[in-house]
Amino acid sequence: MSIEVLTPGLSTTVQDQGRFGYYNVGLPQGGSLDAYSSQAANMLVANTVDEAVLECAYMGSNLSFDAESVIAVTGAEVSITINGESAPMWETLTVPSGGTVEFGMMTQGARFYIAVHGGIDVPVVLGSRSTYPLGRLGGFDGRKLEAGDVLPVGPATADLNAVPQKSVPVEARPEFSKQQELRVLMGLYDFRLTDKGKRNLVEEEWSLTPVADRAGLRYKGPGVEWREREQPFGAGSDPSNIVDAGYSVGSIQIPGGTQPIILHRDAVSGGGYAMVGTVISADMDVVARATPGTVTRFVEVTMDEALAARKVYKEALASLWA
Amino acid sequence: MADIISTLPGIFYRKPAPGKDDFVSVGDAVEVGQTVGIVEIMKQFSEVKADVAGTVREFKVDNEGMVNPGDVIAVIDEA
Repeated sequence: MSIEVLTPGLSTTVQDQGRFGYYNVGLPQGGSLDAYSSQAANMLVANTVDEAVLECAYMGSNLSFDAESVIAVTGAEVSITINGESAPMWETLTVPSGGTVEFGMMTQGARFYIAVHGGIDVPVVLGSRSTYPLGRLGGFDGRKLEAGDVLPVGPATADLNAVPQKSVPVEARPEFSKQQELRVLMGLYDFRLTDKGKRNLVEEEWSLTPVADRAGLRYKGPGVEWREREQPFGAGSDPSNIVDAGYSVGSIQIPGGTQPIILHRDAVSGGGYAMVGTVISADMDVVARATPGTVTRFVEVTMDEALAARKVYKEALASLWA
Repeated sequence: MADIISTLPGIFYRKPAPGKDDFVSVGDAVEVGQTVGIVEIMKQFSEVKADVAGTVREFKVDNEGMVNPGDVIAVIDEA
């Protein structure tokens, strides 16, 4: 069983929940950027959490199915047709043999997910099917999809009647808003900011620019100020430079002090920019849902608050599968 | 009259590159499939094309303006 790509969209990639254990050698974890929506799609088609799905950024891929298939579409709001007939998001859907699935404009959010029963069965590379285009690794031929690609679908492994829920209730679907609050744990290098610089970051509004992909998302706003310092040996001359250090997923850098960048799941694992704070793991899916122009506030939280938020997020993921 | 709509969010450009001429100006004739601008998102540049033939009546978005999916970019008087 397979799926043919009729039109590729803008940047559609095969993703699972990520490639862990290689960050120390510079390979990012990758995986679905909006993990909650991706897991919901897998749940709706009776997959496990580990099957690979398609992630479509800003524009859908139109697909043709060579056999009857069970699919689900979750994430950013988009219109769906199956053989020309309108179909809903967040529900278990059946595509007849030879059927075509097409997508309209995305009206809210940035990324949606297409899961198929059996999963997208590309080879597992270093423990994951996620695409890492920069390394031409994983996914379908290590790249985003192109017209004419034929994606293998894995064998049916579960009883479709055993799907925990045939639709995700409205209250369990994420919000796709043009206004976001992202919780941030300050550090490790926030001591490099002046008091005004720090206030600008956590008290002013920032807006997402179109420079926003799986590696990082760049915001514009009032800018920040850095403290005077003597350039350390091994650090660049820009005040935002540090002696190279490891980056955490979600860390915020402000090269030159003007436009903060949030590193996401495909970002490099280290480098020479000061990380003034880190978006907490519970809010990284929220970052993935932002479209250009989204008005964003960075809200400072403590480690205890971050851990409590992570617990709530994990419970929400678990309740999808309950 | 027909609207040319952006299907993508991003920054709209009326020129193929800085210092180049605009793809089309108000009053110009356009063919079906002719490029009238570019939308930049995720470091990718997607052409915005006319889906009717006619004359450019007006642009609703300035050069380097931000667009959202569904926004009207230009209005064409159909031939």
